[in-house]
Amino acid sequence: MTRIDRKFAQLNAQGRKAFVTYIMAGDPDFETSLEIVRGLPAAGVDIIELGLPFTDPMADGKTIQLAGQRALAAGMTLQRTLDLAAEFRKTDDTTPIVLMGYYNPIHSRGVDSFLAAAKQAGVDGLIIVDLPPEEDGELCIPAQKAGINFIRLATPTTDEQRLPKVLQNTSGFVYYVSINGITGAAEAQAGSVAPEVARIKAGTDLPVIVGFGIKAPQNAQDIAGIADGCVVGSAIIDKIAQGQNPDQVLDFVKSLADGAHRA
Amino acid sequence: MASYLKSTPTRDGFFGKYGGAMLPPPLIPHFKEIGEAYDKLSKSSEFVRDLRYIRKHFQGRPTPISHFSNLSDICGGAQIYGKREDLNHTGAHKLNHCMAEGLLAKYMGKTKLMAETGAGQHGVALATAAAYFGMECEIHMGEIDIAKEAPNVTRMKLLGATVVPVGFGGRSLKEAVDSAFGAYIPQADTTLFAIGSVVGPHPFPLMVRNFQHVVGIEAREQFMDMTGGLPDMVTACVGGGSNAMGLFAGFIDDEEVSLHGVEPMGTSSNLGDHAATISFGEDGDIHGFHTLLLKDKDGEPAPVHTIASGLDYPGVGPEHAHLSTTGRVNYTAANDKEALNAFYALSRHEGIIPALESAHAVAFAMREAKNNPGKSILLNLSGRGDKDIDYVTETFGYSVDD
Repeated sequence: MTRIDRKFAQLNAQGRKAFVTYIMAGDPDFETSLEIVRGLPAAGVDIIELGLPFTDPMADGKTIQLAGQRALAAGMTLQRTLDLAAEFRKTDDTTPIVLMGYYNPIHSRGVDSFLAAAKQAGVDGLIIVDLPPEEDGELCIPAQKAGINFIRLATPTTDEQRLPKVLQNTSGFVYYVSINGITGAAEAQAGSVAPEVARIKAGTDLPVIVGFGIKAPQNAQDIAGIADGCVVGSAIIDKIAQGQNPDQVLDFVKSLADGAHRA
Repeated sequence: MASYLKSTPTRDGFFGKYGGAMLPPPLIPHFKEIGEAYDKLSKSSEFVRDLRYIRKHFQGRPTPISHFSNLSDICGGAQIYGKREDLNHTGAHKLNHCMAEGLLAKYMGKTKLMAETGAGQHGVALATAAAYFGMECEIHMGEIDIAKEAPNVTRMKLLGATVVPVGFGGRSLKEAVDSAFGAYIPQADTTLFAIGSVVGPHPFPLMVRNFQHVVGIEAREQFMDMTGGLPDMVTACVGGGSNAMGLFAGFIDDEEVSLHGVEPMGTSSNLGDHAATISFGEDGDIHGFHTLLLKDKDGEPAPVHTIASGLDYPGVGPEHAHLSTTGRVNYTAANDKEALNAFYALSRHEGIIPALESAHAVAFAMREAKNNPGKSILLNLSGRGDKDIDYVTETFGYSVDD
């Protein structure tokens, strides 16, 4: 059982929805980013997704692309991202951390070396967007063996034929991408997402978390209400990009978390 | 003997350990749709007939082979020949796959073509295809390339394309790819993403190679007609590697013909000064495929430089990575200075101003001619250099001595 599994068991027992946030590790710099991450659990965040900066993020919108550029410019690397997770772990041993990014930095580091270091740093799950099920031998299977969840994305275009393949080696939770687009695009609508969540839940016992296109507390509440929880990323990163200090960013996060937890 | 082209890549798009389709979930169904359509249409006589008609009556194919006798005399040694893709409509080999991609889009019922471009050659070719087929066209291009390749930007706009400037990161080809993918996803139902080289996720490395194969098929037959035999050496520049794969494909089963890919060595062999991926790269993953990649110390795709925008890419087509592993193709490099020297030499002695990209292959032929007396070298003159004349003359003058 990973911290992710334990977190969902706990939320389930409390009858609460999961509120998940995504921020880019090291944006705008290591120290500020760490301060924000450390404040997330108190702001109501149940699971932390940490973006692993990459130079060529082909599935991300401008907001996250620029966050990655800021982090890389500030000297972030895969190792520094793991360092940030490890620093966070010193003061919090229960909030799950999920690394989200692309395969190249991990491939360059070496899968075994990476998994050992990630485990050591207290990372609980991975979302690697450019490793489809056809590539499960690369990282997904080794990660599961190392006790790290491999979380996969499902989208509106993941059809009935493909869905079982997507769900097969997924663990922790399923991340449902609510809109047909990239991160930070148009607002997600609960009405159209609900049947899609039901479709995925018919194929798995895992919790289904909905992300992409959630920007405001009401929106978070509506979406969390029809799933097991919701993810907000770009809307928070926008605040960081505007130069808001960690307290201001965390106030905004709290308003979203309160929204999601009202569901 | 099973032909190489029929057995490579695998059905999943693997060339040895390179290639594949490492796609984020929102893109998977769209590339699958393209792959299935290509699979079906490439076997359809109607599609093949339409493409042949376009090649002949619109593109002006076949393009000839020229014997560069003046250049051969000056170099001394081997006889140098060039396959004249600069005479293909729009002045480069890129139209070969763009017209085919446009035709594919038409058969698939799409109404828009979309892509990234480096030097602008692919963008111009795709805008041309879009105009021919009556489709919309959206081209993403780095701001640095836009400034450097102004005439091609003008051409794209005249042809009716929307040019989207990309202003983040290195503001070059790599960023243009990221930008174009992002813009594609929401409109994928009506749009074909037409990748501009033998790169990207399956089926593009396969499809673009096969659409460029016409260059190699023509060249083999023409060279036999001209000389009574096969060339000893065949060479082409390699950035992503589409013009090279097209020409190499025609000779790949001829074991007696040696194949030479020429990468851009830029200003030096230090990381950041060149784009010689096969010479210096390691296994990596970028833009949806496994390949060789130039990496910085942290394993991230490294910044690259070359005088030729169209070769400015830290990765390389997966088939080239594979062919370097098997040894069927020899990969070497030419630097900015050698390419520039070749640019001037071909202009002055043969009356052909080559694209700076193609000048890398010319440079290799000039270098190797001396070492191979009595042999023949066929190079792919993949594009004409009109787009480069302002940049070259303003920066370097009118000859090597300026």
